[in-house]
Amino acid sequence: MSFGKTAAAREGVFLNPSARGQGKPVGPAITQAKLANGLDIVVIPDRRAPVVTHMVWYRNGSADDPPGKSGIAHFLEHLMFKGTKANPRGKFSELVADLGGQENAFTSNDYTAYFQRVAKEHLGVCMEYEADRMKNLVLTDEVVGPERDVVLEERRMRTDSDPSNQLNEAVQAALFTQHPYGKPIIGWSHEIESLERTDALAYYDRFYTPENAVLVVAGDVDAKDVTGLAEKYYGPVPARGEPPKRFRPREPEPRAHRLVTLIDEKVEQPSHQSVFLVPSYKSAAPGEAEALEVLAHLLGGGQTSLLFKTLVMDGKLAVAAGAHYQGTAVDATRFYVFAVPAKDVGLSTIDAAIDAAIARVATQGVNEPELRRAKTRLVAEAVYAQDNQATLAHWYGASLAAGLSLEDVAQWPERIDAVTPDGVKKAALWLDKRRSVTGFLLPAESYPASTGTDTIDSLAL
Amino acid sequence: MDNYVTALAAAETPSRASTVQKIVSRGGIEAWLVEDYAIPLIALEFAFKGGAAQDPIGKPGAATLLSGLLDEGAGAYDSEGFHRALDEDAIEMSFSADRDVLTGRMQSLSRNSARAFALLQLAVTEARLDADSFERVVSQIVASLKREANDPDFVAGRSLRALAYPNHPYGQPVRGELSTLLTLTRANLLEMRAAMFARDNLKIAAVGAIDAATLAGHLEDVFGRLPEEASLNLVVPAVFSGTGTRHVDPIDVPQSAIRFGRGALARTDPDFIPAMVVNHILGGGIFSARLFREVREKRGLAYSVFSQLVTYDHAAMLYGGTSTKNERAAESMAVIEKEISSLSDFGPTEEELDKAKKYLIGSYALRFDTSTKIAGQLVNLQSEGYGVEYLDERNKLIAAVTMEDAKRASKRLFGDTKLLVTVAGNPERV
Repeated sequence: MSFGKTAAAREGVFLNPSARGQGKPVGPAITQAKLANGLDIVVIPDRRAPVVTHMVWYRNGSADDPPGKSGIAHFLEHLMFKGTKANPRGKFSELVADLGGQENAFTSNDYTAYFQRVAKEHLGVCMEYEADRMKNLVLTDEVVGPERDVVLEERRMRTDSDPSNQLNEAVQAALFTQHPYGKPIIGWSHEIESLERTDALAYYDRFYTPENAVLVVAGDVDAKDVTGLAEKYYGPVPARGEPPKRFRPREPEPRAHRLVTLIDEKVEQPSHQSVFLVPSYKSAAPGEAEALEVLAHLLGGGQTSLLFKTLVMDGKLAVAAGAHYQGTAVDATRFYVFAVPAKDVGLSTIDAAIDAAIARVATQGVNEPELRRAKTRLVAEAVYAQDNQATLAHWYGASLAAGLSLEDVAQWPERIDAVTPDGVKKAALWLDKRRSVTGFLLPAESYPASTGTDTIDSLAL
Repeated sequence: MDNYVTALAAAETPSRASTVQKIVSRGGIEAWLVEDYAIPLIALEFAFKGGAAQDPIGKPGAATLLSGLLDEGAGAYDSEGFHRALDEDAIEMSFSADRDVLTGRMQSLSRNSARAFALLQLAVTEARLDADSFERVVSQIVASLKREANDPDFVAGRSLRALAYPNHPYGQPVRGELSTLLTLTRANLLEMRAAMFARDNLKIAAVGAIDAATLAGHLEDVFGRLPEEASLNLVVPAVFSGTGTRHVDPIDVPQSAIRFGRGALARTDPDFIPAMVVNHILGGGIFSARLFREVREKRGLAYSVFSQLVTYDHAAMLYGGTSTKNERAAESMAVIEKEISSLSDFGPTEEELDKAKKYLIGSYALRFDTSTKIAGQLVNLQSEGYGVEYLDERNKLIAAVTMEDAKRASKRLFGDTKLLVTVAGNPERV
């Protein structure tokens, strides 16, 4: 039985509640083009079903929210559904629904994306509207007010009613003391409350330009046809000259381990997470991110992983344990390790066991059969992803929005395959405790020291 | 407008049903296959009818625990060995229990498919249910229940089911309860497996790079040695209780999770399709639904608001919910009740009916754009008792829904408009 991740922070916040595909693909004849106004185009053919996924990705996300305006990227994403002069409020959504299409949007640290899934013959009309709202959004106070309340309810639902997400938020804020990845994607409540129509429009004017966007079309289409349609609909959107710059203060080299504890009477199941500051696919030296990906799989990808084996199977200290590398990011990013303790096992015991497992990889490395199994799984994920056009569109869109190239994505399986035992060993050096924040989620009665069989003070910090 | 909708449904050619091959192995195992070599993958899904509805009363969670143990050691493999074998060939395999079925899913690269079917055979027929795995999986389920113990959405949903279907398996939580999980024994699971894993209540679909003869051979190996007949406990029809009452689970959070429900029309009811269309108008759609428009867009009362028609083999209910800050929870509920009442009294408008039909017809194709989704759809249809022709007929049935049908279905679905309402949070004036 598999047991889902418990601590990894969400990588995106959707306009509407729904699921989202995630994957690591490669495969079909994926092509790229660029319009004269700077719009990037990626076409991913999948001719099996007469369906198309149309996405526009903007290379800006919550990490580009101006100081004091956290949540503006996400708030604008909601407001982008409020209509234009040519397509007043609701008109396009009604049309998409009439066509039997689905649409949604989501915001992450580094990007904001909008998509429709429709029968292939309706691709043009989706482009027509998406191009329209790239430049002609109309906002009135009448629609901005209730939508701000919607976002506040979204925050209440996701975070303010859930201690584990409050801890996640505090852990991120502690990890990033300077860089804006430390701010929640949805924003802090008191700042969301103060966001105005003018804030949204200023942000829109700055970032919603063809030079800053990536069009991704996946499905039963021909690359030439897509480029032709894009030329027709997106081509007339005026260029601004330069793509907008992202101004993000760099995170200083971390020197001190931090422990963040959240104790709440609503917590009945304690949990442990550690988050390390590590390079991303964009910021890493060649091969380093791939080694971190393989390391995450070896440490905590499923039931044969080192953490699962030592903490759950052999040590009986935990009922679940895993790891995850959030590699698709513009700047230095996060490597998660988490565990759910078994009954009566303290979090500091878990912490020590995780430290020992990481130290073992860093000093002894990994053996060839383990490495081969991890690579087999990761490379196969790229093949499995080919079965889902939406997953492929998401992977390419997110990667390009994070500053990677089409080749980076296409060559990913080969670069994973090239990771060596020595590369994994070196990657483990990033998991230095001083680069991390540990989060403890604890029930109320555990305060101050009864975190099981031992105490917080016994931690080697 | 109706002509346009009819044309839309008819335009869905070539026939989807004609892409499905019905195959039968030499020992009589039946499956639906969609053969497609575009990607070197195979997706397989199957279901044993029964599911959590077969959990002993007072001992919920048995089917979930059984499904969780199938890949935790089988044949010569212990748990770790089995997972290592899956890893070596990058085979995806998972099992889960739902109300009326226990489902298995497998995906494999086509070059590893023989190995994948061999491991599946072990999981289906030779899962060991070892003591240490049993204990570990129980502890995982316990941890997941504890994680959600004070989650308002989870609590409100659990209360609604418990109050709607008291003394019936549908009122019990699928994953069990903290107090009862520890009373489940290996003997309970062996008994359940022996009763449920049989050839006459097995539904199978496969999609991808495999031909009928090869698939039939593998299926014979995997399922051929199962007993001929299942011996399931009789599940009596579940009557929806508690309509017209409200229940609050106090949790100290700023937002109230609201769930509402009432009895609805069964899948076999002649008005089921019109009722599905009417529910779409109430809260099934997103931007087009009345609840979205009135609760979210106009008033900013909630991020999420929905309704759905839930159909089990022995029950059907209208089920919906939203989450609103405590101060405005009563207002949200009043808005929802007003829309239900208006639909019951007057039915939808012509425009609403037309749009709902168009969406439901047009969006059906989006359920068939990946191998795993197709396999899932094909198993669902079989489990729910439909033939392969339903793949083509479904949209025609929707296109044929008239305003008279929709009004009649509204009246039957929403009736006296009374609801069972459960709220988790700290709501004012509920």
